[in-house]
Amino acid sequence: MGPMKNPPPVRRIVVDDEPTIVEPPKRRNGAAQTVKDAASGLLSAPRKREAKRGKVKERMRTEELGIAYAGKPAVKNVSLTVNQGEVLGLIGPSGCGKTTLLRSLNRLVDQTPTATRTGAIYLDDGDVDRLDVTELRRHVGMVFQQPNPFPMSVFDNVAYGLRERGSRRPSRAALRPMVEEALDRAGLLEEVKDNLTHPALRLSGGQQQRLCIARSLAVNPGVLLLDEPCSALDPRSTSIIEELVMKLRSDIAIVIVTHNLQQAYRVADRVGFMYLGDLVEYGDSDQVFGAPKAKRTREYVSGGFG
Amino acid sequence: MRRRFGLQKAGPRNSSDQRAELLLGALACVVLALIAGMIIFVFQKAWPSFSHNGLDWFNPFAGGNVDDQLTAIFESPGNPSQYVFTMHAWPLLYATALITICSVVIGVGFALLSAMFIVEFAPDALRRVLEPVVRLLAAVPSVIYGLIGILVLVPFVGNHIISQGAKDSVAGVVTLSGPSVGVGILILTVMITPIMIAIVVDALRAVPVGWREGSVSLGVNRWRAMWTVTVRAARPAIVAAAVLATARALGEAIMLSMVTGSVGFAPNPLDGIIYFVEPARPLAATIVDNSEGLSVPPFADTLYAFAAVLLVSAAFLSFGGWYIRRHLRRYTLSPI
Amino acid sequence: MRRSRRPQLSNLPRPRLPRRNREVLSDEEIVPWSIGDRIGLAAAWFSGLLLCAIAASIVLYMLIRGLQYVQLSALFEHPVVQSTTTITGTGGGYLDPIEGTLILTALGTLIALPIGVGIAVWLSEYARPAGLARAVESGVEIVAGTPTIVLAIFGLLIFSKSAFGFLSFTAEGGAVFGRSFFIAGMMMSVIALPLIVGATREALQSIPAHVREASYALGKDKISTIRRVLLPASRKGIATGTTLGMGRIAGDTAIVILLLGATLTLEKQGTTPVVSTLKGTGSTLTSYVYGNSPAGEGNSPAKAYAAAFILLMIVILMNFVVDLMSRRRSDPWAR
Repeated sequence: MGPMKNPPPVRRIVVDDEPTIVEPPKRRNGAAQTVKDAASGLLSAPRKREAKRGKVKERMRTEELGIAYAGKPAVKNVSLTVNQGEVLGLIGPSGCGKTTLLRSLNRLVDQTPTATRTGAIYLDDGDVDRLDVTELRRHVGMVFQQPNPFPMSVFDNVAYGLRERGSRRPSRAALRPMVEEALDRAGLLEEVKDNLTHPALRLSGGQQQRLCIARSLAVNPGVLLLDEPCSALDPRSTSIIEELVMKLRSDIAIVIVTHNLQQAYRVADRVGFMYLGDLVEYGDSDQVFGAPKAKRTREYVSGGFG
Repeated sequence: MRRRFGLQKAGPRNSSDQRAELLLGALACVVLALIAGMIIFVFQKAWPSFSHNGLDWFNPFAGGNVDDQLTAIFESPGNPSQYVFTMHAWPLLYATALITICSVVIGVGFALLSAMFIVEFAPDALRRVLEPVVRLLAAVPSVIYGLIGILVLVPFVGNHIISQGAKDSVAGVVTLSGPSVGVGILILTVMITPIMIAIVVDALRAVPVGWREGSVSLGVNRWRAMWTVTVRAARPAIVAAAVLATARALGEAIMLSMVTGSVGFAPNPLDGIIYFVEPARPLAATIVDNSEGLSVPPFADTLYAFAAVLLVSAAFLSFGGWYIRRHLRRYTLSPI
Repeated sequence: MRRSRRPQLSNLPRPRLPRRNREVLSDEEIVPWSIGDRIGLAAAWFSGLLLCAIAASIVLYMLIRGLQYVQLSALFEHPVVQSTTTITGTGGGYLDPIEGTLILTALGTLIALPIGVGIAVWLSEYARPAGLARAVESGVEIVAGTPTIVLAIFGLLIFSKSAFGFLSFTAEGGAVFGRSFFIAGMMMSVIALPLIVGATREALQSIPAHVREASYALGKDKISTIRRVLLPASRKGIATGTTLGMGRIAGDTAIVILLLGATLTLEKQGTTPVVSTLKGTGSTLTSYVYGNSPAGEGNSPAKAYAAAFILLMIVILMNFVVDLMSRRRSDPWAR
């Protein structure tokens, strides 16, 4: 090939021009946004829950609960109630102790050898320490942040809690209606009902998390603890699960830990704000988000930190 | 001049890289050459024994006393056309299979339970002691196990466990003096279990912690949670451990030759409880016991025939284990 | 899980648990721990304790017998062939078997190390074509599972051929003896090979990709990266594999019995200083123990116990070294 006839134009990058300064976008009011604006911004966001809710019944209660890991306190002096008929949201920045508090409700913190617990936790007015821990966990279920379906089929996953709790194994036929009911409550039945022997690990992330919820629901717990259930999921799966939570709250007491303020606002009826182990503010979500009493809460809710 | 853009073929970029790759590849082929060589040479040497005996080599009903046959082969006349090859090796095969299968079955159960104990139920102090102890036991040479067997267990069995009446009852067929199948199985189990424990413990610990937390928070007790989720997830590793242990048991020559007696005898289960104190001699031990005779060609061929059987079994074990593990992976995380 | 400042348990009410009327199992059948579970738990405890008991008894017994029969002076004496059958028969020491073990271990490891590391590097860094790589992987596994007696007998077969006469002793009439330290060392390297390959591969694969990428970005080609960056970083893994291999070599008896010529003392072949020992025959601690046990000819259990004790000490020492080397928990590659 000979030399090219029309070489492409050479672009020269001129480096000795003055740089153009870009103005920052002008604020609408011309001044910094106030806390009030931020809160009203939240309040005007679409809400998933109905404004009214039915009557509530207390299921669990903590009294001056304190948890420490190897002497360092993670949760200090927390007293709150978990009621059936409403969703309790626990919010706070990372490391504030909300996950530790959640895990103490089904005594999962007992697994950590260096953990100590003070104060009391009551399930239906009975002290949880008087109960065998496996019994407790049948009545207080938990869904984790990372979906963790077992390496079995969908049916076996949901039926797991029903099979492994007694002296004899129920037959598959006897379990089937209960499995289908749990899947229905979790909103997964339509998608998997054609093939319940599908390996659970091949479902999508959102489906796996709903499967974990179905698995917990199958043993009919009175309380369901959700530890940031949507943080590993895409927005569509997140909204499906949030609607699910709304549906379930009338017959199960639900506690949801989330670091996503908007999610807490959409879903929770009552909110507890934790900061460095203290329960700083605790009350109706309208009140905590709209008119927070503590300064810390105001700062957190307006996005000042965390 | 045309330049080709786009994806360049991934490869070494200069000649020294190419040379290095070829050299290392050749080194890797050494392994294949070794295996090929083993198969070719051993089978070539073993062929006369197989061809002279045909299927009677393996026939359970072919009869004959293995030791007598070995002596006859050893004493064959020097003329190659007059070599004696008669060998009905069933008693040896039976002894090998019996000892291997019994010790692996007991060993797998023992190893699984011990591994569960170490991972879940053992108190901390005990666990810190047990783990190095298991690794140590796995490293103890087989000759030391054999020594303890032959100096402690065999006389114990011979003098205390076998009654005189029992000895007299079978005196016509075989002498019961202590070296026996039972002692062999016992010591072999102790030998292969530590390796299995180490592999299974690693596998149990590698199961994702989310599964364990998930099962426990459903209200399932510790034993059930461990058994139905963790152990089940570790099944491929348990199979791998079992295959490894079987290969070790199959090839164990030294300890078994010290402990099971030098009689090529097939214990008859219909004899009753005496069964486990009757002597026997598996294939590998036979090779060791008779290694002096390698200078006599037909004898050497017979021994190579034994080695060929061992080689084939080891290869079968590898493939069988691989196949089972593949089948077990269906519900796990690998995207096959 | 410790508690503090708790109100008295007896004063507090027990929880009344909600009853559901759709249980598959009746109330009596839902129990935290069923009979099967309890049996399983008991079996696990029993296994664990039995394991402790067996380990303790083996170690203690060898310790007692060994200390009873070991004489430190005998460590440096040459063994003597004795026809005595008394259990405390002494006379003769263990110097040659100890030398034999050391020579054989060193030789086997020396041969296995470069080959093993080379194979591991090829499998982990090159592995082309894929079919060959799979075949080599399976090959290493098959070699790992082959009985040592089969390897020994194969070694005898190969090295008795006249082409290999230079490795051992050739009698008049052309028959190659086929047994010597060289030959035993080569077959010993085969049994150490899979351990070294496995450990090196693991070490290489645990080096994260960004280290390799950084080296390539600096313009180094693959082989220099391997030589200068990856192999030094895998030193710990290679050392672990090598020590495991050495332990396996030191403990093996079958290859020694068949391939080392079964002379009690080290017999040299020829006159060249080191090569003559390697071409010659001898014994190791393992064959010495075997020979002196009732299964061999010597029938002097005292010497067998003493040699076994020394062998056990060597193996424990190597195990301890491996433990120390793999003790480091921190991830050296954490960013």
